[in-house]
Amino acid sequence: MKFFTKFGQYLLMLKGMFSRPENPKMYWKEFMHQCVEIGIGSLPIVVIISLFLGAVTTVQTAYQLVSPLVPASTIGQIVRDSMILELSPTVVSIVLAGVVGSKIASELGNMRISEQIDALEIMGINTKTYLVLPKILAALLMIPCLITLSAFLGIWGGRTAANMSSIVASDIFDIGLRSNFLPKNVWFALSKAYTFAFIVSSIPAYFGYFVTGGSLEIGRSSTTSVVVSCILILVADYALAALLL
Amino acid sequence: MIEVKNLKKSFGDKTILNDVNLVMETGKSNLIIGSSGSGKTVLLKCIIGLFTPDEGKVVYDGMSMIDASKDEKKELRQQIGMLFQGSALFDSMTVEKNIRFPLDMFTTLTSGEKLKKVNEVLARVNMEGANKKLPSEISGGMKKRVGIARAIVLNPKYLFCDEPNSGLDPQTSLVIDRLIRDITLEYKITTVVVTHDMNSVMEIGDHIFYMYQGRKQWEGSNKEIIRSNDEKLNEFIFASDFLQDAKQMRMMHEEQDKKEPANV
Repeated sequence: MKFFTKFGQYLLMLKGMFSRPENPKMYWKEFMHQCVEIGIGSLPIVVIISLFLGAVTTVQTAYQLVSPLVPASTIGQIVRDSMILELSPTVVSIVLAGVVGSKIASELGNMRISEQIDALEIMGINTKTYLVLPKILAALLMIPCLITLSAFLGIWGGRTAANMSSIVASDIFDIGLRSNFLPKNVWFALSKAYTFAFIVSSIPAYFGYFVTGGSLEIGRSSTTSVVVSCILILVADYALAALLL
Repeated sequence: MIEVKNLKKSFGDKTILNDVNLVMETGKSNLIIGSSGSGKTVLLKCIIGLFTPDEGKVVYDGMSMIDASKDEKKELRQQIGMLFQGSALFDSMTVEKNIRFPLDMFTTLTSGEKLKKVNEVLARVNMEGANKKLPSEISGGMKKRVGIARAIVLNPKYLFCDEPNSGLDPQTSLVIDRLIRDITLEYKITTVVVTHDMNSVMEIGDHIFYMYQGRKQWEGSNKEIIRSNDEKLNEFIFASDFLQDAKQMRMMHEEQDKKEPANV
């Protein structure tokens, strides 16, 4: 019963976001601010984890491919498809659920507890439109960009690791990268990226927006929002794979 | 003028407000007092529309807040200024940006005009030169003053203050109280203050409403409150022995003054 109450509250929050802005200029400013916070703010961690994901995938794939019948270029192919299909969208989104999600939940939670949301409401501002919508839109714009970048960096990281540790030469790795490429996989990765971006932004926004209590509850709701987001990302990951592949 | 008519509010089984009727007059400081849990903050939140009452109405100069359309409500809210207990300043913005925010959102003034207006209200609350400071860099009393500046920057018709003196020393409390009183008179606005500070009551209480267990128990001016015979109100006002003694001394002096009028 409690689940349905919360789910209903979440849907009403999403519905409540769509209202006429009091001053579109201010909303645009807030949207751009969120794009910088989510996009540029998460860039360093995305770059680091992507490079290492690609590198580790290369080393581990090479370790498992012991048969001389399998060509070494297959490593490049496996790294490419792993990064595009699973590692970049899912792992990066899970990391972003921690980085971006906890920030959204704690920011909104703190605004709720310190009555800043009430102050905006009293001014006549629809706080769902002003505070929640720009975050979700910014996530929908920036997270797919980050995931695309992550796929490129992961593959490049894998290629560099292969070359540096003499697993496969770069030209052979490149042959693998080019063989049997399916453009459909990129669309699949982007579908995942948009779905996960929505989860990563809207779930923490819900937990932060409706927090009650004090600083302890802000921390608790931030943690819960990350846990719920991660679970939902994995469930959505399976659902999308089952539906689209 | 704000009229509260037959207001009722419950949370679950617990009734917080029970048939509350108040009339808050324009140009006066209307104080809602009462001990913790008496329902004064819930009453304030119902009046400003943060809570929807179960029954009853809140009427702002003839316009019912509850029956108003979405657009009317938005318009009405732009005529409301509010000072929160914790000031509710936006942490990431400087003092200037905090005060400028309502101007940016609701007016088409130029940047220069907005800055002029910000400086005007900052001067009004004696905070000149604090434009570039962050809320974390100023004291509690200063935060309250910035909160008042933000509340009055759009020239509101109604000013609400939720426990404006909480966490402040008596001297700073007095400054805030006098500021609220002066602004009420200067801007001719309807001011509603929720407090349990008896100093505020005596300093600015033009009209006082005493809440007890979700009901309005007593109403009157700060001159009348000291002579009230209401048992519950007296229990609240004269909670300490010191205040009991002060009351007795005050009564004694007043009786003495009556017997021996001062030489003019």
